[in-house]
Amino acid sequence: MIDKSLRWIDDRLGIAKGGRTFLDKIFPDHWSFMLGEIALYSFILLLATGVFLSLYYVPSAHEIVYHGTYVPLQGQRVSEAYASSVSLSFDVRTGLLMRQAHHWAADIFLGSIAVHMARVFFTGAFRKPREFNWLVGVSMLILGIVNGFLGYSLPDDLVSGTGIRIAFSIIESIPVVGSYLGFFLFGGNYPGSGVIIPRFFTIHVLIVPALIVGLLAAHLGLLVKQKHTQFPGKGRTEKNVVGTPMFPTFIAKTTGFLFMSTAVTFLLGGFAQINPVWQFGQYQPYQISYAVQPDWYMGWLDGALRIMPSWEWVGWGHTLPLMVFLPAVVFPGLIFTILMAWPFIETAWTKDREYHNLLDRPRDRPKRTAAGAAMLTLLLMVFFASSTDVLANFFQLPLEAVLWFFRFVVPLSPIVAYYLTYKICVEMREAGEDVGERKRALVVKRTAEGEYITEPSLPRPGDGHVELDAIPLPTFIDTAGPELATPGGVRRVIR
Amino acid sequence: MSDRDPIVEGPLPPAALDDPHLQPLAKNPGRTEGIAALSMIVGFLGFLGFGFTYWINASTQWLALTLGIGMLGLGAGVIAWGKYLMPQGPFVEERHDFHSTEPERKAMTAVITERGGMVIKRRKLLTGLFAAGSAVMGVVLLFPLIRSLGPKPAKSEQTFGTTDNSLYTTNWRQGSLVTTVDGRQVRVDDLQTGGVLTVFPRGHEGASADQVILIRLAELGPNDPPYQIEAPGKTEWGVQGYVAYSKLCTHLGCPVGLYQQQTQQLVCPCHQSIFNVNAGCVPEFGPAARPLPMLPITVDSQGRLRANGTFNEAVGPGFWERP
Repeated sequence: MIDKSLRWIDDRLGIAKGGRTFLDKIFPDHWSFMLGEIALYSFILLLATGVFLSLYYVPSAHEIVYHGTYVPLQGQRVSEAYASSVSLSFDVRTGLLMRQAHHWAADIFLGSIAVHMARVFFTGAFRKPREFNWLVGVSMLILGIVNGFLGYSLPDDLVSGTGIRIAFSIIESIPVVGSYLGFFLFGGNYPGSGVIIPRFFTIHVLIVPALIVGLLAAHLGLLVKQKHTQFPGKGRTEKNVVGTPMFPTFIAKTTGFLFMSTAVTFLLGGFAQINPVWQFGQYQPYQISYAVQPDWYMGWLDGALRIMPSWEWVGWGHTLPLMVFLPAVVFPGLIFTILMAWPFIETAWTKDREYHNLLDRPRDRPKRTAAGAAMLTLLLMVFFASSTDVLANFFQLPLEAVLWFFRFVVPLSPIVAYYLTYKICVEMREAGEDVGERKRALVVKRTAEGEYITEPSLPRPGDGHVELDAIPLPTFIDTAGPELATPGGVRRVIR
Repeated sequence: MSDRDPIVEGPLPPAALDDPHLQPLAKNPGRTEGIAALSMIVGFLGFLGFGFTYWINASTQWLALTLGIGMLGLGAGVIAWGKYLMPQGPFVEERHDFHSTEPERKAMTAVITERGGMVIKRRKLLTGLFAAGSAVMGVVLLFPLIRSLGPKPAKSEQTFGTTDNSLYTTNWRQGSLVTTVDGRQVRVDDLQTGGVLTVFPRGHEGASADQVILIRLAELGPNDPPYQIEAPGKTEWGVQGYVAYSKLCTHLGCPVGLYQQQTQQLVCPCHQSIFNVNAGCVPEFGPAARPLPMLPITVDSQGRLRANGTFNEAVGPGFWERP
């Protein structure tokens, strides 16, 4: 049956040769290679739950009177966007589960991208020939952050509405074109002519997802074309890939992983409340809530805004709000430019023009590892700086002290992180190859002459990891005939 | 995928069923299969449970629990199957260089530069016209794409527009009645010392640009001298102890909603800019650089609060055209 239908398709599309190659693709195994898979699967879940939400959500700032089942809101005038967000949470079966799973999936999506990117960075997987895929990946990260912001702004609740107000002010801060950009995007001065919710909706559900889907296809296509990188090991060279085949082994494991990561997201969506918009209330431009932090992936931008000194340049009839423009436009621009350009910065530095299919151990590239650690430390510190108010309350410290602490820590910590990481890497590299391997116990023995000697104990199970030599993937398997019982016997190939 | 490694052309390597590359990783495959099967059964039951909880309209927690168990069970079963019962190899696949041969590269360059270059050189007029046409198209297509989206911001303080198209304008006018968001007119005896109220010009309740925070710093009577504000040119603005400032933070436009009565400070909850109310709301701490603009207030003969003029500068965060 399969043979017949494959023939029918192959006559028309000629898929047999390429299809066979695809099913035979070898995937190297390492736990860190599944981090990108988490991102892929949370994106699939985002699409699925997002379609569900879009069936009930109304992208409109139009004011209506709420008549749903959520009692505290009944009879209040709210926007259709807010009313439908509350209604799809309470009045649609599985609606709350889908909405919270969607929100969790977005946080996990960006988290797994960040961790996946760190893996690619620290192992040098971005090197030639994979620079394109690094660029594609960073682009998806940026689009993901943008879409996350647009998405959590859609319910038109008090928390996200404040975020939109801040976004407008950040756009305003751009020299020369800022106020024009803001007016065009919002259809006028803030809060605009009621167009921002529908516009965010179109960008959130259509434009950015379409871009991400295209980039994702390119990301995976390049992965197939260029084949996966691998860690050095027995039989592994720059010229081969050693691992398990796409079909059936990898497919089975990755499908299972799709189920598992989706399950975790749904369990979070059902048990860990996230973004309870009905508690925040409808956004009003003159209302605000205390101790409000954005979703985690926006935190570093908010932190940078908080610790910036109050520098505003005024002159020649113009105002340049540096305390907004520098942390909210220049700073992320610089970070993403460095990320994008890193493969080229590194080759300019090392003059290395070779193909690299074998991965680095981070300790073997101390400067790159230290640079990565410095970047992560910087971002982590500005992230913490986005909760100066919460930290001040929690530790019972004056707000001023917490702010000044971060004003020093944010620029200094990357330098410390760079120095420490560099030293640790160099020391680990010099310590030799057996670092991290299980030590064999030494047994003290007394010889017949009365001399005491030590010798290593016998190997315990699991001490020595026996790895087979890699073989090309067989398609045809012998039937186990009696002549096969002897090793080295003639093997019959069945065709 | 076109770069197929040689094993498809030559005779395929044989493998026997007893080849260790094809052996399952599991020491006891039968037992592993049992565990995987059990896991999948749990998953199956989990999905049935999800159907049931949906049917009876159970709570979100039950829906998530059953769905989670279903997916975890099925997923774990498939992973166990793939990891412990399917051939693990290791198998090897050759890589091939991506680059083409030198003659192939030269040929492609030649096609572009020689064939293409020839066409362009021979028809310079057409090339130029096509380039010009495309460029004009690119520019004019930006008009509907960008320009239609919204109004241009009003150029300067002089060209007053509405708050919809001007960053300089608010709806506060000389004599505007001070009202709360639900349209109630604010009277002089509404606030006690330390009292705070968010107010709007009458007819524009709730408008973003018009929000003003009204604070009573002292309960002074109509015949008392005004409360002294330590700000040049505004010392007499504290009529009957009332002061009014734009509620839009000069940092990023958040409502500056927290009033600390003891220190007479306004705090912005967004990025913790702190303004000294007694000194004309100059920023004392945090990222904000400019004072909150002050609105002169007066009390009319019937005891109602009215604007005694309007803001003399643009409210809210800074922007390029702001003088």
